[in-house]
Amino acid sequence: MAIATATQAASEDKELLISGSEAVAEALVLVDLDVVTAYPIRPYDTVMQAIAKKIANGQLVAEYIVAEGEHSQFEIVKHASTVGARVFCGSSGVGWMYAMECLVVTPPLRVPMVALVGNRALDDPGAFGVEHNDALVVRDLGWMLCWIDTSQEALDTTLIAYRVAEDRRIFLPLAISADGAFLTHSQAITLVPPKEKVDRFLPRYDRGDLLLHPDNPITVAPQANEDWVIEIRRQNDEAMKRAVGVIEEAYADFRRIFGRGPENPWFEEYMAEDADVILIGMGTISLPLKVAIRELRAKGKKVGLIRLRWFRPFPFERLAQALGRAKAIGVIDRDYSFGSPFHSGVVANEIRAAMYNADKRPPLLSFICGLGGREVMLEDVYKAVDMCYAAATAGKSDSKTHWLGVRE
Amino acid sequence: MSALICEVVYRGIFQKNLAARITRGIVLSARKSGRWGIAFGRYGDSPQRNGIPAKDFAIVADTKEELEQNMARYEPKHVDVTVCVDDTLSKGVESWAWYGLQPINRLTEPNGTLLMTSLQSFDALLKDIHMKDAPYKLSLIRAKASFSGLWVYKEDHTEVRILGALAKIAPSFLTLDAVAEAIKEMEWGSELKVASARKTYERIETREVKITEGNAEVPYAFEMPKWWEMREGVTIPAIPIGKPKEGGQGYVPERNPYFKKFSTRTMRPVIDFDTCVKCNLCWIACPDSCFDVMPDGTFDANMDACCGCGVCEAVCPVENCITMVNESVFNDNASQWEMWRTDKTAYKTWLTATIGDKKTTARSHGFRFRGQYDEELKKDLETGGVEIAAGIPGENAARKV
Repeated sequence: MAIATATQAASEDKELLISGSEAVAEALVLVDLDVVTAYPIRPYDTVMQAIAKKIANGQLVAEYIVAEGEHSQFEIVKHASTVGARVFCGSSGVGWMYAMECLVVTPPLRVPMVALVGNRALDDPGAFGVEHNDALVVRDLGWMLCWIDTSQEALDTTLIAYRVAEDRRIFLPLAISADGAFLTHSQAITLVPPKEKVDRFLPRYDRGDLLLHPDNPITVAPQANEDWVIEIRRQNDEAMKRAVGVIEEAYADFRRIFGRGPENPWFEEYMAEDADVILIGMGTISLPLKVAIRELRAKGKKVGLIRLRWFRPFPFERLAQALGRAKAIGVIDRDYSFGSPFHSGVVANEIRAAMYNADKRPPLLSFICGLGGREVMLEDVYKAVDMCYAAATAGKSDSKTHWLGVRE
Repeated sequence: MSALICEVVYRGIFQKNLAARITRGIVLSARKSGRWGIAFGRYGDSPQRNGIPAKDFAIVADTKEELEQNMARYEPKHVDVTVCVDDTLSKGVESWAWYGLQPINRLTEPNGTLLMTSLQSFDALLKDIHMKDAPYKLSLIRAKASFSGLWVYKEDHTEVRILGALAKIAPSFLTLDAVAEAIKEMEWGSELKVASARKTYERIETREVKITEGNAEVPYAFEMPKWWEMREGVTIPAIPIGKPKEGGQGYVPERNPYFKKFSTRTMRPVIDFDTCVKCNLCWIACPDSCFDVMPDGTFDANMDACCGCGVCEAVCPVENCITMVNESVFNDNASQWEMWRTDKTAYKTWLTATIGDKKTTARSHGFRFRGQYDEELKKDLETGGVEIAAGIPGENAARKV
């Protein structure tokens, strides 16, 4: 339950003590959502509960459809979006996988669905804790993907997500990834802006010539053979490329209207400016990393952090530029990619690819840590940083992938 | 020439197994002389749709390397032999929207061969087959379109007759003895079939076709849009609603401009507007909305949209009012109603003659009554002159179960 604090923020914003999931629900009220579908799975279910409460309390008027499974859940909002509704959906872990057929068709149909993935390890073994492999499964399909790490960022990013996805130049689905437990189930002080500001920021969803309506008779998703498909893929490719500019535009507007938010939408840089060693991760892993970095800085070690917010589109040019300054890079994946190059995680290999044409390519070390929701301990981080320093001194990495915090 | 490339153009579903037998037969016959080969169907034709033109291919080569040059393709860019097992396809092939009308001899190499089963004369066929900018040979096997279909394989020997003819056309790849040997080894082979192949080897008729001969019509074609010209979201605009025929009377629906269905038909309805009782049944039953409503309340089958299924004939309550007639009889797609309006007496004469011809009203694919298959089988397989009194619904009323 959201608890209003006694002291209101000096601005028009309302201060609430809410979880990441509740923050998303607050944002959904502000964007005046039309249709939402639900099917319970931890940790995403906290969002569906929060929205249900909003509707039950009369704070939001929206169709709330409990589907009989994730497949239908995503299919229903896909159709609702096609007829012009602003939609929301979400899932976690194997639930997201069960919706896979619908996740695949959403980008080519240019449906600007916004979804929350409460990151959860894929079964088996049945587990509730965070791993990023669930959301990452759509990484090649035309879904925009971003990771958040605070309740405030959950709320703000949800507002931005609708602005970006529903931009006529884009019309692609967008999944916001939130680490299970650490964000979905953890309450923090969050600023909720007034609706007037949101109305200034977010135009109404206008599907234009793609609207499925008797006054605009069209057929959606006819059969197409090899003489059409590559053109359709190329259209998707172009939309994803255009998303880069639209995302930057949206963040700039967000800062202008709400008076907060990052200048660089793509990644957060924490003490990375002058760092010898830059660690990279996504989501709430930033929190133990920041603590470790402060400790290391106190000991005179110039370590910094880049927390990647956007994974699709992947900010490869800006990242290569930022990372080129370091003497060594340590990528910490909260995911796995068995059999991939160097047996690394997904992020490490994306960054390797992004750096391939860079003028400066510092040694890159790959780490896998915190799988299944295991806590990332400071000792793990120190160990990683030591190895990065050794690589910086040697001028090359050992090309191995190191598992941290695993019993051995 | 160290590779032989053949295509078999056939009617989807109805002749699916026939085409597969021919292409497999080509490869297995050539194997007798140590050749390598592949047989495959055009992937885009699958899943097949009833009567829609489809293609199978057989490629044989001296070496595996030569074969590879022709592999991993949907269809070859050129063929040495085009085999066509339904002569109504001489008007061209259009298997999907936006494909345009592709002349039956489009892929045939200069001096290559177009081999058809047909009861028509060379000259009659060349009225339909499009002109080509290179000379080629037209070879005929005397037979009507075989219905060696998917559900009930009718053993009318068409597959072995084609193979026998190919032994004549490409003897360096397929000797008659190799073909005979291969046929015997097939699970569907027999001595009788070998005899049929040998007979066809002798009886095949061939003539040169000059570049001045053939249908001068320029086949309709469509330019495919570029990716940035296409609507996004895998959406296509609906067909708009139609307009009155003339003077606010009647109704002509708009139709898909990118798919004409001309080559889909093996038969078309011929309508007696004088006996039409304007009951609407054909208009209601037509799955392709092919009927235009005329100002006088009768119904004209629009050849842009008719796929030749014959449902209209089946539902029409008036004897001889709608009669399905083989497509080979027609040389254009003009409106019958306009013809009737212009000269009613001449139309009646034409109609009577057209629907009275038992040969052209016999079904090329499918049967009108139970037992027709057995009846046809009894007829002489070799002449292909399967002539049956199956044409007129009224005549068969007693046999309809």
